[in-house]
Amino acid sequence: MKSLVVSTVVAVLAATTAGVPAMAQKSGGTLKMIHRDNAPSGSIHEEATNSVTEPFMGVFNNLVMFDQTKHINSAETIVPDLAKSWEWDATKTKLTFKLHEGVKWHDGKPFTSADVKCTFDLVLGKAKDRWRKNPRAVWYHNLQDVTVNGPNEATLVLANPQPGFINLLASGYTPIYPCHVNSQTMRTDPIGTGPFKFAEWKRNEKMRFVKNPDYFKKGLPYLDAIEWTIIPSRSTRMLAFSAGEHDVTFPNDVVVPLLKDIKATAPNAICDLHPSNVSTNLIVNREKAPFDNPKVRQAMDMAIDRDAFITILSEGKNDKAGAMLPPPEGQWGISKEDLAKIPGYGSGADIEKARNEARKIMEGLGYTAEKPLQIKVSTRDIAVYRDPAVILIDQLKGIHIAGELEVVDTSIWHAKVARKDYIVGLNLTGVGVDDPDSNLVENYTCKSERNYTQYCNEEVDKAIFAQSRETDPAKRKAMVIDIQKKLIEDVARPIIFYGRVATCWHPHVKGLVPHHNSIYNGSRYEQVWLDK
Amino acid sequence: MAAYLIRRFLLMILTLFGMSILIFVMLRLVPGNISDILFDAAGMVNPADKARLEAELGLDQPIIVQYWSWIKGLLTGDLGYAYVSEKPAIDEILPRIPVTAKLAGLALFFSVVIGVPLGVISAVKQDSALDYVLRVVSLSGLSLPSFWLGLLILMGFVHYFGWIPIYTDKPSSFWHEVGLLSIPALAVGFRASALIMRLTRSSMLEVLRQDYIRTARAKGASNASVNYNHALRNAVLPVITIIGIEAAFLIGGLIVTETVFNIPGVARFLVEAIRWRDYPIVQNLVMFIAVVTVVVNFLVDMAYVVLDPRIKYED
Repeated sequence: MKSLVVSTVVAVLAATTAGVPAMAQKSGGTLKMIHRDNAPSGSIHEEATNSVTEPFMGVFNNLVMFDQTKHINSAETIVPDLAKSWEWDATKTKLTFKLHEGVKWHDGKPFTSADVKCTFDLVLGKAKDRWRKNPRAVWYHNLQDVTVNGPNEATLVLANPQPGFINLLASGYTPIYPCHVNSQTMRTDPIGTGPFKFAEWKRNEKMRFVKNPDYFKKGLPYLDAIEWTIIPSRSTRMLAFSAGEHDVTFPNDVVVPLLKDIKATAPNAICDLHPSNVSTNLIVNREKAPFDNPKVRQAMDMAIDRDAFITILSEGKNDKAGAMLPPPEGQWGISKEDLAKIPGYGSGADIEKARNEARKIMEGLGYTAEKPLQIKVSTRDIAVYRDPAVILIDQLKGIHIAGELEVVDTSIWHAKVARKDYIVGLNLTGVGVDDPDSNLVENYTCKSERNYTQYCNEEVDKAIFAQSRETDPAKRKAMVIDIQKKLIEDVARPIIFYGRVATCWHPHVKGLVPHHNSIYNGSRYEQVWLDK
Repeated sequence: MAAYLIRRFLLMILTLFGMSILIFVMLRLVPGNISDILFDAAGMVNPADKARLEAELGLDQPIIVQYWSWIKGLLTGDLGYAYVSEKPAIDEILPRIPVTAKLAGLALFFSVVIGVPLGVISAVKQDSALDYVLRVVSLSGLSLPSFWLGLLILMGFVHYFGWIPIYTDKPSSFWHEVGLLSIPALAVGFRASALIMRLTRSSMLEVLRQDYIRTARAKGASNASVNYNHALRNAVLPVITIIGIEAAFLIGGLIVTETVFNIPGVARFLVEAIRWRDYPIVQNLVMFIAVVTVVVNFLVDMAYVVLDPRIKYED
């Protein structure tokens, strides 16, 4: 036992309320939230959108979670959830969780370690039941098995050490599911152990979640219910919030230009502008000529004036970055100073210099202003995709690339990209957890189903898995920085910017703490209360 | 008349059969199906899982088999299961129909109540200042997109009253619902009333020049009697046709209004279902709209007989 490394043992109740301002919380009331669309289902494991995690995270518990009262998700802000404590063995490949006793599912059945095993068996495709989709299977490429020792202890067995593994478990994307409920029911009428029970879902109208009176964290949640009104029109959503019809906007829905409107129409509203950890990026089909030539890809990347994108789209608020979210909110990103040294990522004269170089490359390949390279720039038919695509087309003109916007029906976007039926595309990528084991493994490794551009570089693959195994945090960070530089050099999926968005709420809503380095992990709402 | 009615009924059945084929085929010509969209929503591609889902939903069956399965279900009242919600399609569709029907009915009511009298006034007062004002109003109604007008109305309410007239909760009473639906109905009805007003005006102007109108005046009939008993009754036939077309259009044409005012009706639901390629919802809903259109057209034809004694449908 001496060789065991005890990572964290924190008192549950203290952790869940830490950081909330010293004010007596009031129980009761219904939190009125706005939802932007109809979630595809209520099964978090099967989906990859905050349209699902936002309303449904409160139905479930994880083994551990990111502290809901702190803005930053990191190894240091992980707190217990269904697990009271956890520890790594000496080889750092076995992670054992001691579970809370007496926890019940919303249908009254007891929660046990068997449910933990069932959940991860489903993730690994070992269970009899199957999910329709399993978008984060790649997160668990290193998970071999789950063993149980009695009803209150479960051990996750990894093939190799993976210090970032616990961060993945803390994500809103990693709830524990019940063994006794089938996957179809989990999509339509999910059952969890969480602070809120799923009560009603009228598509196109509303979703309602009511307080779980048997919640194992005594005294929580404070709210009696959370009601989500589905309002697809963004203008109507903003007006409904300003009119006081709702307590909170759809989380992370308020873009910079709209923030001014909210401030004007609801001056008392509290708005928190923060990084979304969603990047706007360029994808290039490296199998189609002339983009099979690394020089052309390089020229494109160098031609991008990231400052212009950021100024036009967010009044200067968005961030330039490598593959990972940049500091200070991002834990693994390249620093602003280091980034500025990379051609194409600087400002002012640096941009012009990079662009001149890019133009020379293109001219060397025979393209001129009179005889430009004609391409289609494909993107989804959504404003947040279309707007930067238009700016991109304008910027590419500067290096003799004449782009024509091809707006693709949003329903077939990923399938089209996966078929490589595009030349150049403008894409958005949301990152579930600010950890390389989420972002880099998901989006840049050869076998990931989420790597729909099918970028594959064995050297980068090896480096990504090597950083995943590295237990020294400083060494790991250095490796991650090197990988990001390699990805930039490879023009793997050049990041144009990481966006910033806001969540707004009226002052009577207390205890709401938006997370600042992911939009997928902070919607448990068990600590939120109404001061009415 | 009986033979005519039977003939019309059979024609309606034939039209609906043709519609069913069109709806079914056109829906499948749209790129992508539910499995594409579900996987797209998850930002992933897995051909094996996608094929498994298509088989589960019967999308791997030949198109004829899929069509027959739908029609068989339709005739027996089984509309199938919605792909996205995984609930019976009938349970998804039925509760939304009354919402849209009430909104469409109210919009139609406003458009007739506003459009017909103003059209008559405009014709009777031809080339007067009032006529010019009404013509400008009707042109505005035709040229203002209803989503823009809807947003302006919402902004006005928020700015001046600090309240937004959108549908966020189930209305507590009949009058509450009428109140909630009146504002969007006015926004939609404004366009339809403009159309009705212009048509009533031109139709009235034509009738007012007829000899029998002059005769009525010569006999000493009052202006009101001439305008409403003699002229309007004869001018109203084309207006009835337009009202019929508008009524059918409104059932499916309220998409933008339902979206802006957040009304949970069938029009918005239909668009959402198309976005998800939720075939059981889309094909059954479009079929329902087709039935409404065919029936309304039939009723309009029947209304001609009542309104104009000269019209008779021969056996």
